[in-house]
Amino acid sequence: MRLAVASGKGGTGKTTVAVNLALALRQKNLTLLDCDVEEPNAHLFLKPVFYFTKEVGIPVPRIDFARCTFCGRCSEVCAFNALAVLKDQVLVFEELCHGCGSCAYFCPERAISEHERPIGILERGNAGNIKFGHGRLNPGEAMSPPLINEVKKMCRPGLITIIDAPPGTSCPVVSAVSDCDYCILVTEPTSFGLHDLDLVSRMVKKMGVQAGVVINRSDLGDDRVEDYCRDKGLPVLQKIPFDRELAEYQARGEPIVKHRPSWHDYFEKMFYRIAEKCEGVSR
Amino acid sequence: MKTVTVISGKGGTGKTSLMASFASLLATRSVLVDGDVDAANLSLITGADMLESHDFTASKVAVTDLEKCDSCGLCLKLCRFGAIANDYRIDPVACEGCALCAFACPQEAIEMRDKVSGHWFVSRTNYGTLVHASLGITEGNSGKLVTIVRNKGRELAETTGKEFLLIDGPPGIGCPVIAALSGVDAALVVAEPTVSGIHDLKRILSLCHHFGVMPAVCINRYDLCVEQAKVIEKYCLDGGLLVAGKIPFDRAFIESLAQGIPVTEFNKESLVEKIESVWNNFNKLLV
Repeated sequence: MRLAVASGKGGTGKTTVAVNLALALRQKNLTLLDCDVEEPNAHLFLKPVFYFTKEVGIPVPRIDFARCTFCGRCSEVCAFNALAVLKDQVLVFEELCHGCGSCAYFCPERAISEHERPIGILERGNAGNIKFGHGRLNPGEAMSPPLINEVKKMCRPGLITIIDAPPGTSCPVVSAVSDCDYCILVTEPTSFGLHDLDLVSRMVKKMGVQAGVVINRSDLGDDRVEDYCRDKGLPVLQKIPFDRELAEYQARGEPIVKHRPSWHDYFEKMFYRIAEKCEGVSR
Repeated sequence: MKTVTVISGKGGTGKTSLMASFASLLATRSVLVDGDVDAANLSLITGADMLESHDFTASKVAVTDLEKCDSCGLCLKLCRFGAIANDYRIDPVACEGCALCAFACPQEAIEMRDKVSGHWFVSRTNYGTLVHASLGITEGNSGKLVTIVRNKGRELAETTGKEFLLIDGPPGIGCPVIAALSGVDAALVVAEPTVSGIHDLKRILSLCHHFGVMPAVCINRYDLCVEQAKVIEKYCLDGGLLVAGKIPFDRAFIESLAQGIPVTEFNKESLVEKIESVWNNFNKLLV
């Protein structure tokens, strides 16, 4: 079963939910994957011991000038303007390349090979019983989906995988949430939270992924998020009130289930509620 | 005219609330840009009377003509984005728009079509003109859309003789953030005093460094963990970075948001002073 934790708006508590849910279910041989590769944070709370590190890249063209006839076909087929062919030179703009392979495929002289240009790091580790993986995108890199997809290769069929997604509703989130059986949408009861919940709930609907909502800092705002959930038939899985003491634990990187054992049960119950909804569809 | 971007790395640290406050303090001396095209929230505070609306059509998507397709399977083999299903229909969400399949198809059964992947707007607000956008859900190319709103904002600020272009940046460090930081005079990084906040602050600062953008730091909700706030202050001091100010946790932010007004208009003098001082300190970087 693959369970994503997403939110349109940033900073609503995705990582808090993902980490505490994983800790509440730690006996279940599960995997937590932090797919917010731009700003990965889950490791700060789980403190995994890493045993594997790998550089992840995307394939970019390399021109063999002994064969190149400067015919210009590569630049013609490149949809991203990553190649410019001059009279006796080919310029490759690697940061524009999406790694689609068109140029190499169509080069009539077979003068283009591909090599990996690193975009980030993949790390795997263990946090107690929890298998952990995340990616770190190199600062300056624009494209995160290839790294997210690499992190997601750690999903193990038949076992529970919790995926901490990046904020937003565009391509990195789609990469993180695709192929999941369920998506927990974390929001806050403000106009920002409501606006962005609407976006992300439309996103999961478009992707055909079932969803439920966790309302974080549930007492700091108004009722419009709950009204929205009722209207749209989105189950409210959990409400987490603002608690200054918990905020401080959280600030120090201490998961809340460690300090509030009752939350252990709440998260466990939430999981069983979700598992029931996923029955028969889980992969 | 000076261009500044408010960014954070980590989401939800208070970028938009601060941005709206600055817009209010500067009265109508600025043009505003909401650079978070994924989840644009600035207009929820500033309001927006739409003056212009434009389609955003930066990308193309492959479409199979199943009549012409003879199921040879070449496209399926070549596509690196998993966008082609076994029945040769193409998933428009997964399609990267690279056109490899369209060029390669021996039957010429695949066509690349323009797609509208969002909209961008010019609106009037009480605080000046706002350029904002909404990227279609599940769409890519957010960096290009950010570039469009940023450039339009710059053009409007220049032609109307404004002093500032204020850009509300998206979270993260990826493509839309890079676009929001391009060509700016300085960035105000809003950080929160948590281990996550500090981790993400360091990454966004290294991005600023990578692109030669001068940053200053504002610590928001600093009193939620004074100990971590001190860690940030020390980090900035050691790195020679300006801490433009510290803002306490205050329910006035939530209450003003519920009313749809900048917190600086919420009749809370002590808070207004703090936000004003953040802007004034930051502004020194711009002179």
